[in-house]
Amino acid sequence: MKIGVLMKQVPDTEAKIRIKDDASGIVVDGIKWVMNPYDEYAVEEALRIKEKKAGSTVTIISMGPKRSVETIRTGLAMGADSGILIDDPALEGADCYATAKALAKVLEPEKFELILCGKQAIDDDSAQVPQMVAEFLGMPQAMVIDKLVVSDDGKKATCYRRIEGGAKEVLEVDLPAIVAAEKGLNEPRYASLPGIMKAKSKPFKEINLGALGLKAEEVGAKGAKLKVKKYSLPAEKAPGKIIPGEPEDAARALVKMLREEAKVV
Amino acid sequence: MANEVWIYAEHKDGKLKKSALELLSGARPIANDLGAQLVAITLGSGLETMVKELGGYGADKVIIADNDALKSYLAVSYAQVIANLAQQYQPVILLGPASAQGKDLFPRVAAKLGTGLASDCIKIQLDGQKLLSPVRPMYAGKALVEANIPEAKPQMATVRPNVLAVAPKQEGKQAQIEKVSVEAPKDLKTVLKEIVKGAKETVDLTEATIIISGGRAMKAADNYKILWDLAEAFGSGTTVGASRAAVDSGFAPIDMQVGQTGKVVNPTLYIACGISGAIQHLAGMRTSKFIVAVNKDADAPIFQKADYGIVGDLFKVVPVLTEEVKKLKAQE
Repeated sequence: MKIGVLMKQVPDTEAKIRIKDDASGIVVDGIKWVMNPYDEYAVEEALRIKEKKAGSTVTIISMGPKRSVETIRTGLAMGADSGILIDDPALEGADCYATAKALAKVLEPEKFELILCGKQAIDDDSAQVPQMVAEFLGMPQAMVIDKLVVSDDGKKATCYRRIEGGAKEVLEVDLPAIVAAEKGLNEPRYASLPGIMKAKSKPFKEINLGALGLKAEEVGAKGAKLKVKKYSLPAEKAPGKIIPGEPEDAARALVKMLREEAKVV
Repeated sequence: MANEVWIYAEHKDGKLKKSALELLSGARPIANDLGAQLVAITLGSGLETMVKELGGYGADKVIIADNDALKSYLAVSYAQVIANLAQQYQPVILLGPASAQGKDLFPRVAAKLGTGLASDCIKIQLDGQKLLSPVRPMYAGKALVEANIPEAKPQMATVRPNVLAVAPKQEGKQAQIEKVSVEAPKDLKTVLKEIVKGAKETVDLTEATIIISGGRAMKAADNYKILWDLAEAFGSGTTVGASRAAVDSGFAPIDMQVGQTGKVVNPTLYIACGISGAIQHLAGMRTSKFIVAVNKDADAPIFQKADYGIVGDLFKVVPVLTEEVKKLKAQE
């Protein structure tokens, strides 16, 4: 089975976020970059399917600046077979729409039978790219999946989609399809030392704007439909109060305050 | 281009979801400012009675896309219908809930329509050019970004649950109901085989107005009973959550996890019991209107973010809270 995994390099979850003085974005100096946590589940799932289906290949596709190569290598070290980096200054500032357009252009000729990705990138938190790519490629989608079973003949996939109230929709999609991973899909493996060594010589290609086959107006900030106006920090909460007294007395006082001050009960 | 603002009215088990009322209430002033009609669209079959109350919450018109094939939600199917209707009627704005359904569906609709979408917005407003200029969180809520869709139409956005207040119902106000017979969507390559229900029938964390969460200090899954007892005392709209540490320790299932890699919640009241307050947990609940922290450790970071704090043993505090809330409710 030919499997593609969409992967994004994002700031580590511990990162302190600072806004640039001109409010046009965040300050990137000093940020530790990692594989988007939800994409880790996607890479792992691809590797598990590969282990079950002889002759399968796993390709990691990432759109981002040069530093993303490091994270593609992490995926290769985990066991993926090849990597593709889509990188060009013209691609900067893309919204989800322009990103999905570019990704779809690269994915289409590759003819993957299954495309896996994380349900959202933890920097943007938009959770749109997988569905938009699915639409541009004319593929079915299964989002927020915590269990995936590919049929023996590789023609369908049964996807368990987590919805509200702890319930799950069980979807059967025809392949090729886009499946977006939710936490709990699997436990991602760590790259082994031999894996890290092997990753250095695995095939890797870089695609720039010219090779994409899209015009400059269709990509990056120019191609974005959603235009960013300004970034800001959320308002800091005013300091609260510790309710004094013995815990049980404090509990009684709290309920009174919740009724009288906060008016929430 | 029709001068219409559309909201997507989600429903479940024959009842409108609260998000439909929230969206109408929040979109009404925007429609007024634009001099536009406010329209609710909904998909399914036999929904004529269900939609009657939408007029009282601000809808001028309700469009029901009617077909038996739409009885069950499916993203590829619903996206086709909504996109076709939007292309036919050309609304200027299309809003939806940032629910499981909305998040699944709206990006596909936007891609079909060649337009932009602002996801999970915590504020909707018009800017000086009368364009929708919503504000949405990024980096797990550590930053906010204001964005707009200056050229493409409709301008689309999904709104986080509990962000928009539901306006008081205006009895006697009726919306014009338009039932549109649509073709069953084709070539879906997707089948919904079944829906497996969750263990507990309770309001979802993402939609709850009161949440009581337990951290690693809960020590065992069974101990969550005391939090469920408190939730029951508060009444409907209340549910129980857990920190990642508690989930990783096996005290609670993954779908109870609140946090950056769990659920992002937006309740009116969030009570954190035995939760230290790691950055990643705060990411999941920082927009809660009121935060209460109960923790034995006076230095726990959570106290920096709480409106009210009690330094004490949650096993002593929570039962007293339950007792007091029950007493209050009994007086009503």
